[in-house]
Amino acid sequence: MDFRWEIISEYLPFFMRGLGYTILASLIGFLIGALIGLVIGMGKSLSNPILRLPFIWYVNIFRGTPLLVQIFLIHFAVMPIFIKPPEPLISLIVALALNSAAYIAEIFRAGINSIDKGQREAAYSLGMSHAQVLRHVVLPQAFKRMIPPLGNEFIVLVKDSSLGAVIAAPELFYWGRVAVGAYSRVWEPYLAVAVLYFVVCLVLSYVQSFLERKYATDDQRKKPKKNLRRTRGTAGH
Amino acid sequence: MISVKNLKKTFGELEVLRDINVEIKEKEVVVVIGPSGSGKSTFIRCLNRIEDITDGHVYIEGTDISNKKVNINKVRTDVGMVFQQFNLFPHKTVLENIMLSPMVVRKWKKKDAEEKALALLRKVGLEDKAGVYPESLSGGQKQRVAIARALCMEPKVMLFDEPTSALDPEMVGEVLEVMKQLAQEGMTMIVVTHEMGFAREVGDRVLFMDGGYIVEEAKPDDIFSNPKEERTKAFLSKVL
Repeated sequence: MDFRWEIISEYLPFFMRGLGYTILASLIGFLIGALIGLVIGMGKSLSNPILRLPFIWYVNIFRGTPLLVQIFLIHFAVMPIFIKPPEPLISLIVALALNSAAYIAEIFRAGINSIDKGQREAAYSLGMSHAQVLRHVVLPQAFKRMIPPLGNEFIVLVKDSSLGAVIAAPELFYWGRVAVGAYSRVWEPYLAVAVLYFVVCLVLSYVQSFLERKYATDDQRKKPKKNLRRTRGTAGH
Repeated sequence: MISVKNLKKTFGELEVLRDINVEIKEKEVVVVIGPSGSGKSTFIRCLNRIEDITDGHVYIEGTDISNKKVNINKVRTDVGMVFQQFNLFPHKTVLENIMLSPMVVRKWKKKDAEEKALALLRKVGLEDKAGVYPESLSGGQKQRVAIARALCMEPKVMLFDEPTSALDPEMVGEVLEVMKQLAQEGMTMIVVTHEMGFAREVGDRVLFMDGGYIVEEAKPDDIFSNPKEERTKAFLSKVL
Protein backbone atom coordinates (compact mmCIF):
# COMPACT_ATOMS: atom_id res chain seq x y z
CA MET A 1 0.00 0.00 0.00
CA ASP A 2 1.35 3.37 -0.88
CA PHE A 3 1.02 6.17 1.65
CA ARG A 4 0.14 9.48 0.02
CA TRP A 5 1.88 12.10 2.16
CA GLU A 6 0.69 14.88 -0.10
CA ILE A 7 -2.86 14.44 1.20
CA ILE A 8 -1.63 15.21 4.68
CA SER A 9 0.50 18.13 3.58
CA GLU A 10 -2.33 19.59 1.57
CA TYR A 11 -4.81 19.32 4.42
CA LEU A 12 -2.36 20.19 7.20
CA PRO A 13 -3.43 23.87 7.35
CA PHE A 14 -7.04 22.73 7.82
CA PHE A 15 -6.01 20.16 10.38
CA MET A 16 -4.09 22.81 12.31
CA ARG A 17 -7.01 25.18 12.21
CA GLY A 18 -9.27 22.32 13.31
CA LEU A 19 -6.85 21.53 16.11
CA GLY A 20 -7.09 25.16 17.20
CA TYR A 21 -10.87 24.86 17.42
CA THR A 22 -10.54 21.52 19.21
CA ILE A 23 -8.35 23.09 21.87
CA LEU A 24 -10.51 26.20 22.02
CA ALA A 25 -13.77 24.27 22.41
CA SER A 26 -12.27 21.91 24.99
CA LEU A 27 -10.70 24.71 26.99
CA ILE A 28 -13.76 26.97 27.05
CA GLY A 29 -15.98 23.94 27.69
CA PHE A 30 -13.74 22.87 30.53
CA LEU A 31 -13.59 26.32 32.14
CA ILE A 32 -17.34 26.84 31.98
CA GLY A 33 -17.78 23.24 33.11
CA ALA A 34 -15.51 23.91 36.09
CA LEU A 35 -17.60 26.92 37.12
CA ILE A 36 -20.88 25.03 36.80
CA GLY A 37 -19.25 22.00 38.40
CA LEU A 38 -18.18 24.02 41.42
CA VAL A 39 -21.76 25.18 41.95
CA ILE A 40 -23.15 21.67 41.44
CA GLY A 41 -20.54 20.13 43.70
CA MET A 42 -21.46 22.59 46.45
CA GLY A 43 -25.15 22.02 45.78
CA LYS A 44 -24.74 18.29 46.13
CA SER A 45 -23.21 18.88 49.55
CA LEU A 46 -26.17 20.90 50.86
CA SER A 47 -27.62 19.53 54.08
CA ASN A 48 -31.24 20.06 52.96
CA PRO A 49 -32.18 16.92 50.97
CA ILE A 50 -34.79 18.72 48.84
CA LEU A 51 -32.45 21.53 47.80
CA ARG A 52 -29.80 18.90 47.10
CA LEU A 53 -32.04 16.95 44.74
CA PRO A 54 -31.71 19.00 41.52
CA PHE A 55 -27.91 18.93 41.78
CA ILE A 56 -27.86 15.19 42.29
CA TRP A 57 -30.09 14.69 39.26
CA TYR A 58 -28.05 17.02 37.11
CA VAL A 59 -25.09 14.74 37.67
CA ASN A 60 -27.18 11.60 37.18
CA ILE A 61 -28.59 12.79 33.88
CA PHE A 62 -25.39 14.11 32.32
CA ARG A 63 -23.35 11.13 33.43
CA GLY A 64 -26.07 8.67 32.54
CA THR A 65 -26.63 9.63 28.91
CA PRO A 66 -24.18 9.51 25.98
CA LEU A 67 -22.37 12.72 25.13
CA LEU A 68 -23.23 12.18 21.46
CA VAL A 69 -26.95 12.18 22.28
CA GLN A 70 -26.48 15.30 24.40
CA ILE A 71 -24.70 17.03 21.51
CA PHE A 72 -27.58 16.21 19.15
CA LEU A 73 -30.21 17.35 21.62
CA ILE A 74 -28.38 20.57 22.33
CA HIS A 75 -27.57 21.34 18.70
CA PHE A 76 -30.87 20.39 17.05
CA ALA A 77 -33.38 20.90 19.87
CA VAL A 78 -32.10 23.38 22.44
CA MET A 79 -29.87 25.80 20.55
CA PRO A 80 -32.39 26.65 17.78
CA ILE A 81 -34.46 28.28 20.52
CA PHE A 82 -31.69 30.85 20.98
CA ILE A 83 -29.73 30.97 17.72
CA LYS A 84 -31.14 30.44 14.22
CA PRO A 85 -29.53 28.63 12.59
CA PRO A 86 -27.60 27.01 15.46
CA GLU A 87 -23.85 27.48 15.31
CA PRO A 88 -22.16 24.03 15.59
CA LEU A 89 -19.08 25.26 17.44
CA ILE A 90 -21.20 26.96 20.09
CA SER A 91 -23.40 23.89 20.43
CA LEU A 92 -20.28 21.78 20.90
CA ILE A 93 -18.86 24.08 23.58
CA VAL A 94 -22.20 24.14 25.43
CA ALA A 95 -22.46 20.36 25.32
CA LEU A 96 -18.89 19.89 26.51
CA ALA A 97 -19.39 22.41 29.32
CA LEU A 98 -22.64 20.88 30.57
CA ASN A 99 -21.28 17.35 30.31
CA SER A 100 -17.94 18.00 31.97
CA ALA A 101 -19.68 19.97 34.74
CA ALA A 102 -21.23 16.73 35.98
CA TYR A 103 -17.85 15.03 36.26
CA ILE A 104 -16.05 18.07 37.61
CA ALA A 105 -18.75 18.47 40.27
CA GLU A 106 -17.87 15.02 41.56
CA ILE A 107 -14.16 15.85 41.50
CA PHE A 108 -14.72 19.02 43.54
CA ARG A 109 -16.98 17.26 46.00
CA ALA A 110 -14.61 14.36 46.50
CA GLY A 111 -11.65 16.72 46.86
CA ILE A 112 -13.38 18.84 49.47
CA ASN A 113 -14.70 15.82 51.37
CA SER A 114 -11.26 14.27 51.45
CA ILE A 115 -9.98 17.01 53.76
CA ASP A 116 -9.93 15.86 57.36
CA LYS A 117 -12.80 17.14 59.50
CA GLY A 118 -10.29 18.28 62.10
CA GLN A 119 -8.95 20.89 59.68
CA ARG A 120 -12.34 22.54 59.49
CA GLU A 121 -12.92 22.26 63.22
CA ALA A 122 -9.59 23.90 63.98
CA ALA A 123 -10.32 26.73 61.55
CA TYR A 124 -13.82 27.28 62.95
CA SER A 125 -12.46 27.22 66.50
CA LEU A 126 -10.21 30.13 65.49
CA GLY A 127 -13.28 32.17 64.62
CA MET A 128 -13.21 31.81 60.83
CA SER A 129 -16.42 32.04 58.82
CA HIS A 130 -17.54 29.31 56.39
CA ALA A 131 -16.09 31.25 53.48
CA GLN A 132 -12.77 31.86 55.22
CA VAL A 133 -12.44 28.20 56.19
CA LEU A 134 -13.10 27.20 52.61
CA ARG A 135 -10.77 29.75 51.08
CA HIS A 136 -7.79 29.51 53.44
CA VAL A 137 -7.92 25.97 54.77
CA VAL A 138 -10.05 23.56 52.75
CA LEU A 139 -9.70 24.61 49.10
CA PRO A 140 -5.90 25.03 49.02
CA GLN A 141 -5.53 21.50 50.34
CA ALA A 142 -8.35 20.07 48.25
CA PHE A 143 -7.12 21.69 45.03
CA LYS A 144 -3.87 19.79 45.21
CA ARG A 145 -5.79 16.52 45.33
CA MET A 146 -8.07 17.59 42.48
CA ILE A 147 -5.29 18.18 39.96
CA PRO A 148 -4.91 14.57 38.75
CA PRO A 149 -8.64 13.90 38.21
CA LEU A 150 -9.13 17.38 36.68
CA GLY A 151 -6.25 16.68 34.31
CA ASN A 152 -7.83 13.39 33.33
CA GLU A 153 -11.14 15.09 32.74
CA PHE A 154 -9.58 17.68 30.46
CA ILE A 155 -7.79 15.04 28.40
CA VAL A 156 -11.02 13.09 28.05
CA LEU A 157 -12.76 16.28 26.97
CA VAL A 158 -10.19 17.04 24.26
CA LYS A 159 -10.79 13.61 22.74
CA ASP A 160 -14.56 13.76 23.18
CA SER A 161 -14.69 17.08 21.37
CA SER A 162 -14.17 15.02 18.19
CA LEU A 163 -17.86 14.14 18.43
CA GLY A 164 -18.43 17.71 17.25
CA ALA A 165 -17.65 16.43 13.73
CA VAL A 166 -21.11 14.91 13.46
CA ILE A 167 -22.76 18.32 13.79
CA ALA A 168 -20.14 19.86 11.49
CA ALA A 169 -18.29 21.82 14.13
CA PRO A 170 -15.02 22.66 12.35
CA GLU A 171 -12.75 20.90 14.82
CA LEU A 172 -9.91 18.52 14.03
CA PHE A 173 -11.83 15.33 13.32
CA TYR A 174 -14.29 17.23 11.12
CA TRP A 175 -11.40 18.20 8.82
CA GLY A 176 -10.20 14.61 8.87
CA ARG A 177 -13.56 13.51 7.55
CA VAL A 178 -13.52 16.24 4.94
CA ALA A 179 -10.14 15.03 3.68
CA VAL A 180 -11.40 11.44 3.60
CA GLY A 181 -14.39 12.56 1.56
CA ALA A 182 -12.26 14.53 -0.88
CA TYR A 183 -9.73 11.79 -1.67
CA SER A 184 -11.63 8.62 -0.80
CA ARG A 185 -8.58 7.64 1.23
CA VAL A 186 -8.95 6.67 4.90
CA TRP A 187 -5.47 5.91 6.22
CA GLU A 188 -3.72 9.21 5.66
CA PRO A 189 -6.30 11.67 7.06
CA TYR A 190 -7.43 9.57 10.00
CA LEU A 191 -3.89 8.66 11.05
CA ALA A 192 -2.81 12.28 10.82
CA VAL A 193 -5.76 13.32 12.96
CA ALA A 194 -5.03 10.56 15.50
CA VAL A 195 -1.40 11.64 15.79
CA LEU A 196 -2.40 15.25 16.38
CA TYR A 197 -4.84 14.27 19.16
CA PHE A 198 -2.16 12.05 20.64
CA VAL A 199 0.44 14.81 20.72
CA VAL A 200 -1.96 17.23 22.40
CA CYS A 201 -2.95 14.68 25.03
CA LEU A 202 0.65 13.74 25.67
CA VAL A 203 1.59 17.37 26.22
CA LEU A 204 -1.40 17.76 28.54
CA SER A 205 -0.39 14.80 30.65
CA TYR A 206 3.06 16.36 31.10
CA VAL A 207 1.44 19.65 32.07
CA GLN A 208 -0.62 17.73 34.61
CA SER A 209 2.35 16.09 36.28
CA PHE A 210 4.17 19.42 36.30
CA LEU A 211 1.23 21.01 38.11
CA GLU A 212 1.07 18.13 40.55
CA ARG A 213 4.68 18.71 41.49
CA LYS A 214 4.24 22.46 41.63
CA TYR A 215 1.30 22.34 44.00
CA ALA A 216 2.56 19.49 46.15
CA THR A 217 2.83 20.91 49.67
CA ASP A 218 6.17 22.54 50.08
CA ASP A 219 7.10 20.15 52.84
CA GLN A 220 6.75 17.24 50.46
CA ARG A 221 8.93 18.95 47.93
CA LYS A 222 11.60 19.59 50.50
CA LYS A 223 11.22 16.32 52.33
CA PRO A 224 10.78 13.50 49.87
CA LYS A 225 10.64 10.89 52.64
CA LYS A 226 6.95 11.45 53.10
CA ASN A 227 6.30 8.19 54.89
CA LEU A 228 8.33 9.32 57.86
CA ARG A 229 5.34 11.31 59.00
CA ARG A 230 3.70 8.25 60.47
CA THR A 231 6.61 7.40 62.67
CA ARG A 232 5.70 9.94 65.25
CA GLY A 233 8.25 11.36 67.58
CA THR A 234 11.48 10.78 65.77
CA ALA A 235 11.68 13.95 63.75
CA GLY A 236 13.15 17.00 65.40
CA HIS A 237 14.28 15.28 68.55
CA MET B 1 -17.46 33.52 82.62
CA ILE B 2 -18.88 30.26 81.30
CA SER B 3 -22.19 28.99 82.46
CA VAL B 4 -23.72 25.72 81.32
CA LYS B 5 -27.39 25.04 82.06
CA ASN B 6 -29.18 21.74 81.40
CA LEU B 7 -26.94 20.98 78.45
CA LYS B 8 -28.05 17.95 76.46
CA LYS B 9 -26.46 16.41 73.39
CA THR B 10 -27.70 13.46 71.40
CA PHE B 11 -26.29 11.78 68.31
CA GLY B 12 -29.40 10.24 66.80
CA GLU B 13 -30.65 7.84 69.46
CA LEU B 14 -27.50 8.06 71.50
CA GLU B 15 -27.65 10.41 74.48
CA VAL B 16 -24.13 11.57 75.12
CA LEU B 17 -24.79 14.48 77.45
CA ARG B 18 -27.88 14.16 79.61
CA ASP B 19 -28.00 17.16 81.91
CA ILE B 20 -24.84 19.15 82.38
CA ASN B 21 -24.80 22.13 84.74
CA VAL B 22 -21.62 23.93 85.63
CA GLU B 23 -20.24 27.41 86.25
CA ILE B 24 -16.69 28.34 85.39
CA LYS B 25 -15.15 31.49 86.79
CA GLU B 26 -12.52 33.69 85.28
CA LYS B 27 -8.92 32.47 85.76
CA GLU B 28 -10.16 29.11 86.92
CA VAL B 29 -8.52 25.91 85.69
CA VAL B 30 -11.13 23.20 85.46
CA VAL B 31 -10.03 19.68 84.66
CA VAL B 32 -12.54 17.20 83.28
CA ILE B 33 -11.87 13.51 83.87
CA GLY B 34 -13.87 10.37 83.33
CA PRO B 35 -13.92 7.06 81.48
CA SER B 36 -14.02 7.03 77.69
CA GLY B 37 -17.53 7.45 76.37
CA SER B 38 -18.50 9.51 79.39
CA GLY B 39 -19.15 12.56 77.20
CA LYS B 40 -16.24 14.75 78.31
CA SER B 41 -14.98 15.47 74.79
CA THR B 42 -18.50 16.18 73.58
CA PHE B 43 -19.00 18.48 76.57
CA ILE B 44 -15.92 20.59 75.84
CA ARG B 45 -16.79 20.69 72.10
CA CYS B 46 -20.19 22.13 72.96
CA LEU B 47 -18.52 25.05 74.72
CA ASN B 48 -17.55 26.65 71.39
CA ARG B 49 -20.35 24.93 69.47
CA ILE B 50 -17.99 22.89 67.32
CA GLU B 51 -20.59 20.34 68.30
CA ASP B 52 -24.19 21.47 67.88
CA ILE B 53 -26.09 21.85 71.11
CA THR B 54 -29.20 19.65 71.22
CA ASP B 55 -30.84 21.29 74.21
CA GLY B 56 -30.04 23.57 77.12
CA HIS B 57 -27.87 26.66 77.27
CA VAL B 58 -24.20 27.53 77.19
CA TYR B 59 -23.35 31.10 78.15
CA ILE B 60 -19.94 32.47 77.21
CA GLU B 61 -19.54 35.78 79.03
CA GLY B 62 -23.29 36.13 79.06
CA THR B 63 -23.84 35.24 75.39
CA ASP B 64 -26.06 32.21 74.94
CA ILE B 65 -24.34 30.29 72.15
CA SER B 66 -27.12 27.70 72.02
CA ASN B 67 -29.09 30.48 70.32
CA LYS B 68 -28.67 29.93 66.57
CA LYS B 69 -28.88 33.66 65.91
CA VAL B 70 -25.75 34.41 67.89
CA ASN B 71 -22.70 35.20 65.77
CA ILE B 72 -20.77 32.12 66.79
CA ASN B 73 -17.68 33.10 64.83
CA LYS B 74 -17.36 36.19 66.98
CA VAL B 75 -17.70 34.17 70.18
CA ARG B 76 -15.13 31.66 68.99
CA THR B 77 -12.49 34.37 68.60
CA ASP B 78 -12.51 34.58 72.39
CA VAL B 79 -12.50 30.82 72.97
CA GLY B 80 -9.30 29.06 71.97
CA MET B 81 -9.27 25.33 71.41
CA VAL B 82 -6.54 22.71 71.30
CA PHE B 83 -7.32 19.30 69.83
CA GLN B 84 -6.06 15.82 70.49
CA GLN B 85 -4.96 15.48 66.85
CA PHE B 86 -3.34 18.98 66.73
CA ASN B 87 -5.07 19.83 63.43
CA LEU B 88 -2.33 22.12 62.22
CA PHE B 89 -2.76 23.29 58.63
CA PRO B 90 -0.31 21.15 56.63
CA HIS B 91 -0.09 23.58 53.70
CA LYS B 92 1.14 26.42 55.87
CA THR B 93 4.37 26.92 57.77
CA VAL B 94 4.39 27.03 61.54
CA LEU B 95 4.43 30.82 61.47
CA GLU B 96 1.65 31.00 58.86
CA ASN B 97 -0.45 28.59 60.92
CA ILE B 98 -0.30 30.99 63.83
CA MET B 99 -0.74 34.19 61.81
CA LEU B 100 -3.62 33.04 59.62
CA SER B 101 -6.56 33.64 61.87
CA PRO B 102 -5.38 36.92 63.43
CA MET B 103 -4.94 38.24 59.89
CA VAL B 104 -8.14 37.02 58.24
CA VAL B 105 -10.47 37.19 61.24
CA ARG B 106 -9.06 39.96 63.40
CA LYS B 107 -7.69 41.84 60.35
CA TRP B 108 -4.31 42.44 61.94
CA LYS B 109 -1.54 43.77 59.76
CA LYS B 110 0.95 41.15 58.67
CA LYS B 111 3.76 42.76 60.62
CA ASP B 112 1.78 42.80 63.86
CA ALA B 113 0.61 39.21 63.43
CA GLU B 114 4.15 38.08 62.72
CA GLU B 115 5.52 39.85 65.76
CA LYS B 116 2.91 38.32 68.01
CA ALA B 117 3.31 34.87 66.45
CA LEU B 118 7.07 34.93 66.94
CA ALA B 119 6.65 36.01 70.55
CA LEU B 120 4.30 33.08 71.14
CA LEU B 121 6.68 30.67 69.46
CA ARG B 122 9.39 31.90 71.79
CA LYS B 123 7.04 31.30 74.67
CA VAL B 124 6.43 27.67 73.69
CA GLY B 125 10.12 27.19 72.91
CA LEU B 126 9.83 26.76 69.15
CA GLU B 127 11.14 30.01 67.76
CA ASP B 128 13.56 28.15 65.51
CA LYS B 129 10.71 26.24 63.85
CA ALA B 130 8.87 29.30 62.50
CA GLY B 131 9.65 28.57 58.86
CA VAL B 132 9.12 24.82 58.73
CA TYR B 133 6.00 22.89 57.80
CA PRO B 134 4.12 20.97 60.50
CA GLU B 135 5.02 17.64 58.92
CA SER B 136 8.60 17.91 60.11
CA LEU B 137 7.62 18.49 63.76
CA SER B 138 7.28 15.91 66.49
CA GLY B 139 3.91 15.43 68.16
CA GLY B 140 4.88 17.48 71.18
CA GLN B 141 6.11 20.30 68.98
CA LYS B 142 2.93 20.21 66.90
CA GLN B 143 0.80 20.52 69.97
CA ARG B 144 2.84 23.44 71.27
CA VAL B 145 2.39 25.17 67.90
CA ALA B 146 -1.34 24.47 68.13
CA ILE B 147 -1.41 26.12 71.56
CA ALA B 148 0.48 29.13 70.19
CA ARG B 149 -1.95 29.31 67.27
CA ALA B 150 -4.93 29.41 69.61
CA LEU B 151 -3.25 31.98 71.88
CA CYS B 152 -2.51 34.33 69.00
CA MET B 153 -6.20 35.18 68.84
CA GLU B 154 -5.83 36.45 72.42
CA PRO B 155 -8.67 34.30 73.72
CA LYS B 156 -10.25 34.79 77.12
CA VAL B 157 -10.61 31.08 77.70
CA MET B 158 -8.78 28.03 76.39
CA LEU B 159 -10.34 24.63 75.83
CA PHE B 160 -8.05 21.60 75.76
CA ASP B 161 -9.55 18.39 74.39
CA GLU B 162 -7.19 15.60 75.48
CA PRO B 163 -4.14 17.57 74.35
CA THR B 164 -1.61 14.89 75.30
CA SER B 165 -3.52 11.72 74.43
CA ALA B 166 -2.01 11.37 70.96
CA LEU B 167 1.54 11.97 72.15
CA ASP B 168 4.34 9.58 72.86
CA PRO B 169 4.94 9.48 76.61
CA GLU B 170 8.23 11.35 76.49
CA MET B 171 6.54 14.36 74.88
CA VAL B 172 3.66 14.74 77.27
CA GLY B 173 5.76 16.73 79.70
CA GLU B 174 6.71 19.53 77.31
CA VAL B 175 3.06 20.17 76.44
CA LEU B 176 1.90 20.05 80.05
CA GLU B 177 4.68 22.45 80.95
CA VAL B 178 3.34 25.02 78.48
CA MET B 179 -0.17 24.52 79.83
CA LYS B 180 1.03 24.90 83.39
CA GLN B 181 2.73 28.16 82.53
CA LEU B 182 -0.47 29.36 80.90
CA ALA B 183 -2.45 28.52 84.02
CA GLN B 184 0.02 30.43 86.16
CA GLU B 185 -0.45 33.49 83.97
CA GLY B 186 -4.11 33.43 84.87
CA MET B 187 -5.68 31.98 81.71
CA THR B 188 -9.13 30.50 82.19
CA MET B 189 -8.78 26.88 81.12
CA ILE B 190 -10.94 23.85 80.70
CA VAL B 191 -8.93 20.71 80.19
CA VAL B 192 -10.17 17.25 79.30
CA THR B 193 -7.34 14.93 80.17
CA HIS B 194 -6.18 11.60 81.50
CA GLU B 195 -3.18 13.23 83.15
CA MET B 196 -4.13 12.94 86.81
CA GLY B 197 -0.84 14.48 87.90
CA PHE B 198 -1.66 17.61 85.91
CA ALA B 199 -5.19 17.68 87.32
CA ARG B 200 -3.87 17.49 90.84
CA GLU B 201 -1.08 20.01 90.41
CA VAL B 202 -2.64 22.65 88.18
CA GLY B 203 -6.39 22.20 88.45
CA ASP B 204 -8.49 24.44 90.66
CA ARG B 205 -11.40 22.10 90.31
CA VAL B 206 -11.97 18.64 88.90
CA LEU B 207 -15.17 17.49 87.24
CA PHE B 208 -15.70 13.76 87.08
CA MET B 209 -18.03 12.78 84.25
CA ASP B 210 -19.72 9.48 83.62
CA GLY B 211 -22.70 8.44 81.50
CA GLY B 212 -23.38 11.97 80.26
CA TYR B 213 -23.53 13.56 83.71
CA ILE B 214 -21.10 15.42 85.92
CA VAL B 215 -21.09 12.87 88.72
CA GLU B 216 -18.84 14.71 91.11
CA GLU B 217 -16.95 17.97 91.27
CA ALA B 218 -14.45 19.01 93.88
CA LYS B 219 -11.02 20.45 94.50
CA PRO B 220 -8.33 18.09 93.17
CA ASP B 221 -7.05 17.09 96.60
CA ASP B 222 -10.54 16.26 97.79
CA ILE B 223 -11.58 14.25 94.76
CA PHE B 224 -8.36 12.27 94.54
CA SER B 225 -7.90 11.50 98.22
CA ASN B 226 -11.52 11.39 99.28
CA PRO B 227 -13.95 10.73 96.38
CA LYS B 228 -17.56 10.69 97.51
CA GLU B 229 -19.34 8.90 94.69
CA GLU B 230 -18.93 5.18 94.09
CA ARG B 231 -18.36 5.70 90.36
CA THR B 232 -15.62 8.23 91.02
CA LYS B 233 -13.95 5.80 93.41
CA ALA B 234 -14.17 2.98 90.89
CA PHE B 235 -12.69 5.13 88.10
CA LEU B 236 -9.89 6.58 90.21
CA SER B 237 -8.92 3.18 91.57
CA LYS B 238 -8.30 2.13 87.97
CA VAL B 239 -6.31 5.15 86.80
CA LEU B 240 -4.31 6.14 89.89
